[in-house]
Amino acid sequence: MATIAPERLPAAEREKLTATWETAPGLFGWFASVDHKQIGIRYLVTSIVFLLLGGVEALVMRVQLAQPMQRLLGPEQYDQLFSLHGVTMIFLYALPVLSGFSNYLWPLMLGSRDMAFPRLNALSYWLYLFSGLFLYVGLPLGQAPNGGWFNYVPYTNRQYDPGMNIDIYTLGLIFLGISTVVGSANFVVTLLRTRAPGMSINRMPILVWGTFTASAANLLAVPAVSLACFMLWLDRSFGTHFFDVEGHGHPLLWQHLFWAFGHPWVYALVLPSMGIVSDGLPVFCRRPLVGYTAVALATVTTMVIGFSVWVHHMFATGLPAMAISFFSAASIIIAIPSAISVFAWIATIWTGRPVFKTPFLFFAGFILLFVIGGVSGFMTASAAFDWQLTDTYFVVAHLHYVLLGINLFPVMGGIYYWFPKMSGRMMDERLGRWSFWTMFVGFNLAFFPMHIVGLEGMPRRIYTYPAELGVGGWNLLITVGAFLFAAGILMVLVNVLVSLSRGAEAGPNPWDAGTLEWSVSSPPPPQNFDIIPIVASRHPLWEDRLEDVDERSQLGRGYLLDRGRETIGTTPMDAEPNVILRMPGDSLLPLLLAIAVTFLFAGLLGHWWIVSGIAFAGVLAVLIAWFAPQPPVGDEKARLYA
Amino acid sequence: MRRVGAASLVFGPALLAGCSSMPLSYLDADSPIGGRLAQLGWGLLGISVLVVVIIAVLLVGAVARGRSSPDGDALAVRRDAGGMRWIYIGVSISTVALIASVIWTLLTLKAVAEPAKAAPMTIEIRARQWWWDAIYRAPRPDLQFSTANEIHIPVGVPVRIELRSDDVIHSFWVPKLAGKTDVIPGQANRMWIEATKPGIYRGQCAEYCGVEHALMSFRVVADPLPEFTAWRARQLRGMQVRDGVAAAGSRVFAEHCSACHAIHGTGFGGAYGPDLTNLGERRTLAAGVLDNNPDNLRRWIEHAQEVKPGARMPDVPLPPNEVGPLVAYLEGR
Repeated sequence: MATIAPERLPAAEREKLTATWETAPGLFGWFASVDHKQIGIRYLVTSIVFLLLGGVEALVMRVQLAQPMQRLLGPEQYDQLFSLHGVTMIFLYALPVLSGFSNYLWPLMLGSRDMAFPRLNALSYWLYLFSGLFLYVGLPLGQAPNGGWFNYVPYTNRQYDPGMNIDIYTLGLIFLGISTVVGSANFVVTLLRTRAPGMSINRMPILVWGTFTASAANLLAVPAVSLACFMLWLDRSFGTHFFDVEGHGHPLLWQHLFWAFGHPWVYALVLPSMGIVSDGLPVFCRRPLVGYTAVALATVTTMVIGFSVWVHHMFATGLPAMAISFFSAASIIIAIPSAISVFAWIATIWTGRPVFKTPFLFFAGFILLFVIGGVSGFMTASAAFDWQLTDTYFVVAHLHYVLLGINLFPVMGGIYYWFPKMSGRMMDERLGRWSFWTMFVGFNLAFFPMHIVGLEGMPRRIYTYPAELGVGGWNLLITVGAFLFAAGILMVLVNVLVSLSRGAEAGPNPWDAGTLEWSVSSPPPPQNFDIIPIVASRHPLWEDRLEDVDERSQLGRGYLLDRGRETIGTTPMDAEPNVILRMPGDSLLPLLLAIAVTFLFAGLLGHWWIVSGIAFAGVLAVLIAWFAPQPPVGDEKARLYA
Repeated sequence: MRRVGAASLVFGPALLAGCSSMPLSYLDADSPIGGRLAQLGWGLLGISVLVVVIIAVLLVGAVARGRSSPDGDALAVRRDAGGMRWIYIGVSISTVALIASVIWTLLTLKAVAEPAKAAPMTIEIRARQWWWDAIYRAPRPDLQFSTANEIHIPVGVPVRIELRSDDVIHSFWVPKLAGKTDVIPGQANRMWIEATKPGIYRGQCAEYCGVEHALMSFRVVADPLPEFTAWRARQLRGMQVRDGVAAAGSRVFAEHCSACHAIHGTGFGGAYGPDLTNLGERRTLAAGVLDNNPDNLRRWIEHAQEVKPGARMPDVPLPPNEVGPLVAYLEGR
């Protein structure tokens, strides 16, 4: 059974733990690793690669739009680019990058040795990678999705869009949805079961609240879009009539299903990154976050209301005024919890003593972008005025302030903030400031004028526009801004690459932060914690310096759990230890399962039913191996097998 | 242009630099619906700009305040107290502003739902990939007619619009007259428009509908009632086949164009493409893409795929002795 470890762990004991938790070396280890830190970094790297791909697509489009009536791209090329840009940024960058942070950080923040289901974690990464490649397979063939990321029927019915474009989209999203759902389930269970003793829910970092809320929402939202895509695939492949008017199907059904997913999803893209700010900003203000409880509850409230606002994407579809009024009111009121967070952040800076490091610049700059994106959202939430705003560049401005301002800026700040933990080295501060100011200026140059051209009536999703609209000058400015912004992002990446080898040694806690992940070495050892800590407050590393904290967390005493891969399981609310969780080691099963699923979807795409049949048999075979019972170890009575 | 102050100060110069040169701008609309929406828009914009300015000032203030207090240990952690008042006050004020905006929105929704007086006429709009068919409904079939891409309405009269699509989803939008209403296959959406001043109002498809969505525009021409009545009479009369060049053009039309295009009064009844009755009177060609003149018409006929790649109109290569008369016939010259 578990033993309470002595204050200082003997070196031999630590080596034993490290050996137990270490991923095997070489290629096998690379493919079989279930270490949440490796998986987290893979998520981050892959999603940033997709960010760059989506960014290049955007720049090509901006060149096309720099002046009226240009012919760099044909309409079909443009349509594929804007569709792929949306799909890439929304599905393959914005959520996965946050999953990367959360995968890496959660166990470290929560005082655990891994996520609740390490193999599921690896599976969700491989599925993400393969579904991302699947969605891109059409690009070199000139068959990339071309119905927009929203993919409205009937334009995407086979009658109007006969190519493989939309089949790739529908199957790709179902495919990616599996990754999202297993990842989300893992986060939910990890939160509920694998926090360190004493890490009650009112002591969790806000990032954890954000990712938990987003994950719970994904479990409810993703099935809607998977179902919609499956129905559309049936319509296209077998002539069913879910969305086909001539067969008494209804096009608006797609919109309801899509946005019932889509709107909760956009909150899932921002709540974790707002959590990054809520956790990171206070460290650079040298005080705890103002209004922790309010911000945590605002996070959850936003998501709950977020499930009842989807119709604001459909104000112009001719729905009854009564329905529109309700959804309009809900969409305006949802700004209240956001206001709570904004004032909490400002109060934290105001009553703190800010330290002007690069992460602080990104987090503070984010607040302004958040508010601009918020008020433009408030304007579009007003159903009557949205009849003018919708489908103009005003909405393009809004969604980029939201998705870049609220997702990308915190992500970049988060990279500067946690890079030392992940790599053991500091990023360059000077280049860091340059990258922030380049990004900030470029971003506003690129996206602020979009509000103006939108108010002047420039419609969205157009491959060109006539000179009479009078928006050519603004568009040139937008294009220049976009390139400047891209240069800023490149500076961050250069900084990352250079700092990996040349950065100064970071040590365990370079920012003097207060949360658990900073109590271990940088980078952390494979087992994360030699001893599972016992947590007594929100800021275990600041307890001596905060006046109103009486209890003391124990970082050097706690559960040792050294008989194989073990971590502690605790109760959902108060985090009282009640079970020892036995964790799986390196495994090729996640990769094999993901490969089998990939062949399954490839078969469905090509209507090669035999391939799909064999792949499905493969899926079942891997699942049988996955769930094969393992012999109990030792004399423990209660053990969970993950 | 005298609307809400704060918003005008910030956005005004940029937005209103040239109202007349912004054919799709909806913040300076003064039609019954457009004006009401513009009022709400300026109001919301004013609130939004105010909020951004206040937050920006507070943010800069907070940062500057911190910068000016370098006392003591730079890394000392302050105790967790204070600051909640920010949330109480900030959120309270925000809530009041938000609720007021909800009420204003609901009042506006109610105000524009129906015209002040009953609309005496109905135009059925059939949106097609990538042009607009306008059918002027009438109780008697001989008073009903079609036109395309240029919709005439009488000034000061509310006009009911019934929106239908036989292909994909489009959205009918004349920013200065009203907000968007989607045109969705399988359902008939209804709206109304009214112009208070004579003029040419630009319209545009606002829902992505395929390769030429960008160039799917149209014009609404608001005429004083007598002119509108005269226009309607000309539409009902249709085109007269005359002698000479036009008659030759008519024969070319019969051979090359009439399978898709109709011309009222001639017996040409193709229903696949736009009705071309009295094309010469229209301001634009190809769904609002080209100015209507003989050169452009010729270019459109011969090189439609260059002007509007992917459009349903094919390139129609004709010998010079045919295209000339055809253009003359269509332009009514």
